[in-house]
Amino acid sequence: MPQVFDIFLLEAVLNGLLLGGLFALLSLGLNLIFGVIDVVWICYAELIMVGMYTIWWLHTQQGLPLPLAFAASIAFVGALGAALHQFVIRPVLAAEPINQLLVTGGVLFLLQALVTVAFGVEFRNLGVRLPGVNAGEMSFSGSRIVAFAVAMVAIAATYFFLNRTYMGTAIRAISQDRAIMPLMGVNASRVYLLTSAIGGALAGLAACLLVLQYDVHPAIGLSFGPLTFLICVLGGLGNLIGGFLAAFVFAQLISVGGFFFQLEWGYVIAFAFFIATMFWRPEGLLSRRKAR
Amino acid sequence: MSKSRIVFAVLLAALAVTPLLGPGKYALHLMVMALLWSYIYTSWSIMGRLGMVSFGHGAFLGIGAYTVVMLWNLAGVSPWIGAVVAVALTLVVALLIGLPCFRFKIVGHYFALVTLALSEVTRLIIVGLRDHTGGSLGLTPKPALTDGATASLSALQFEDKAVWFYIVLLFWLGALWVWHRVDRSMNRLALQAISEEEDAAASIGIDVTRAKLTVTLISAAMTCLGGVLYAQYQLYVNPETVSGIGISLQMVFGVIAGGLFVMLGPTVGAVFLLLLSESLRVLIGNKVLGVDITLYGLLLVVFIIYMPKGILGTVLQRVAPGSGAAAK
Amino acid sequence: MLTINNLSAGYDGFQACFGVSLEVKAGESVAVIGPNGAGKTTLLRAISKLIPTQGGELLMEGRRYDHLPAHEVTALGIAQVPEGRRLFPRLTVEDNLRMGAFLPSARARFAERLERVYALFPRMKERRAQMAGTLSGGEQQMCAIGRALMSGPKLLLLDEPSAGLAPLVVQSIFEVVKKMSAEGYTVLIVEQNVQQVLRVVDRAYLLETGRIHASGRAAELLADEAVRRAYLGM
Repeated sequence: MPQVFDIFLLEAVLNGLLLGGLFALLSLGLNLIFGVIDVVWICYAELIMVGMYTIWWLHTQQGLPLPLAFAASIAFVGALGAALHQFVIRPVLAAEPINQLLVTGGVLFLLQALVTVAFGVEFRNLGVRLPGVNAGEMSFSGSRIVAFAVAMVAIAATYFFLNRTYMGTAIRAISQDRAIMPLMGVNASRVYLLTSAIGGALAGLAACLLVLQYDVHPAIGLSFGPLTFLICVLGGLGNLIGGFLAAFVFAQLISVGGFFFQLEWGYVIAFAFFIATMFWRPEGLLSRRKAR
Repeated sequence: MSKSRIVFAVLLAALAVTPLLGPGKYALHLMVMALLWSYIYTSWSIMGRLGMVSFGHGAFLGIGAYTVVMLWNLAGVSPWIGAVVAVALTLVVALLIGLPCFRFKIVGHYFALVTLALSEVTRLIIVGLRDHTGGSLGLTPKPALTDGATASLSALQFEDKAVWFYIVLLFWLGALWVWHRVDRSMNRLALQAISEEEDAAASIGIDVTRAKLTVTLISAAMTCLGGVLYAQYQLYVNPETVSGIGISLQMVFGVIAGGLFVMLGPTVGAVFLLLLSESLRVLIGNKVLGVDITLYGLLLVVFIIYMPKGILGTVLQRVAPGSGAAAK
Repeated sequence: MLTINNLSAGYDGFQACFGVSLEVKAGESVAVIGPNGAGKTTLLRAISKLIPTQGGELLMEGRRYDHLPAHEVTALGIAQVPEGRRLFPRLTVEDNLRMGAFLPSARARFAERLERVYALFPRMKERRAQMAGTLSGGEQQMCAIGRALMSGPKLLLLDEPSAGLAPLVVQSIFEVVKKMSAEGYTVLIVEQNVQQVLRVVDRAYLLETGRIHASGRAAELLADEAVRRAYLGM
């Protein structure tokens, strides 16, 4: 009996690892936007939801091949991110942070409502099954493994972009000193717009990975939105590496916690852990910035 | 100053007399809801106007609502005692969140996100305990008005909406009074802090943290009682309406829409939102699902961009420029 | 190369430059000296279009450019080393230099220009992977100058390069300026350190309360009675 117990615990740990990869991708987009533009997109999870609906609609309702639907999601949500910045964020960039939070909160409602009007509240499934993978007595969902792999590649690609390209370096620079960017020929507004598009594209990519595993419905953003916020705060808002690590920590808590208790309690445990950590290291586990 | 006091007193008297003029059940219901939400929003704003912008007051509302109903249904505990338990629970939670945040100066985005997660976790807990809470389907307190009784003080259930009107009116006035008192003592503290620049920063730090924590606990407890009132009045609670991001965001928006730094701002915001949602529901509501919330979300966005000071704030600025914050 | 006619510039509700006219010919090094608050930094910011102009003309190589947005001025060949260095503290030295080469035309020549900057400032090559925020004041100034040079500018603007630096470091900075001037760079330098700067430039303008009060060859100004009394404490 103890041996069986161990093997399924190991399975939970490995599943936590796979989940961590996905969480890391989610937090990357949010952290990027905050780190560069200093705004939190409260509606980030809802952007992902829109991507999921896009894929579902294009593939199951319009018969588009899945790869094209995926590409459409990335492009569409990327454009949505840019539009969000241009029309909603820009007007309030100079205002109080509370206004910035509220305005993205409004977009949260708006997106939820728009998909409700378009598609109703029913749960929508993509109808795609990827074969599972078995390792001894452990079984892993194929879509989870694919999601992990793709997430890791995307994160690596983003890292490469930020550190090895001119525009990526400009994106890293602008959060440190925006005022002098024009001296180097950089159009600051355009950098912000591009960053928003990238944040949106990452959300669109996350949508591809999530839609393979979960049904989509208007409130699905609430399932992982707050969690993404906690991960980012734990890793230090704006700290890309911190968010990456925190994602895996959280994923383990949820996976192993859900193994010992019911799944929803996994979230509660993760939150309790978060509160405990706040007492210990309030700026986040790895924050280089001072607590804001 | 006394001129506005007289105006206020007159309006208050008019308000107090209204239920006696025989308005319909629906109108009375709207007035009760308007006063109740005004009370809840004002409770939030006591914290909000001091820079502690919580996106998680739905947690306190939910704790208040569900604690009283569950204790009543499962253990026959009177809502009076249930309310005490609920407030105690709320204070613990508020302390758990507030203490690390204020001691380590976690404000702004961090604080907003943490409180936002708090409200969601509360909702998750309520849903997760579905065997006892009814989950997403909601919960109804066991009716205490049997044999034709129309009022039960011990069970805090009243059939006559007018009774509820006066109860909530009192709470609302109480909230305004608390707002005023906190405002006064905050000004005193601020003056103190300025004049004591020379003093050891540590002592001022402790003062400030304790003050912030006190205000947080007051705000949380008041909101919790709002949840209690809501549950006892509506006689139905549901995790979506009393906890979670939705209601938390709505609270913040309501106060901002009315005017954060003005005493009656939250009230104006509550009335505005209520009228807005009711008229949307009546006009569009059930024809196409979600259209009303679409407009709601759109208005929220547009409002924040173009009217950041809120209705009352903008009006006051036009009418009396330079009258500043904390106008009555 | 650079011609400024009757420039007025300032900030919201506060004008700092009144009808300033000056000229920098190709290959020259020119200084703008004057007391604190004279409007020197405002002048440089206006030249780079970091702030809008309120009147007058800016011409580069005979063509007006005062209608351009700030980020298009660098492409004209104007690079500025801003006041206070303004390096990106959490980027490495090399990344800071890379930012200087952001312009598409500069990217193509990145490698060769990087080598030239490292040749001019060997200390930067040693510290290429170090976070710019951890450099000493003098090193930061060198890095900032290097960053400006990465765009291959025709005109180099320096805003108070000696500010906040130790005397020995200041000396080495001015030696660099002299070297660049000798290599043929066109330089416009704004400075409070009148004595040192007048020794390395060809000409100078005296800016006081937003107006040009005197101009001439550096040696002349250095010998001028009024200048000596007001700025050299003699």
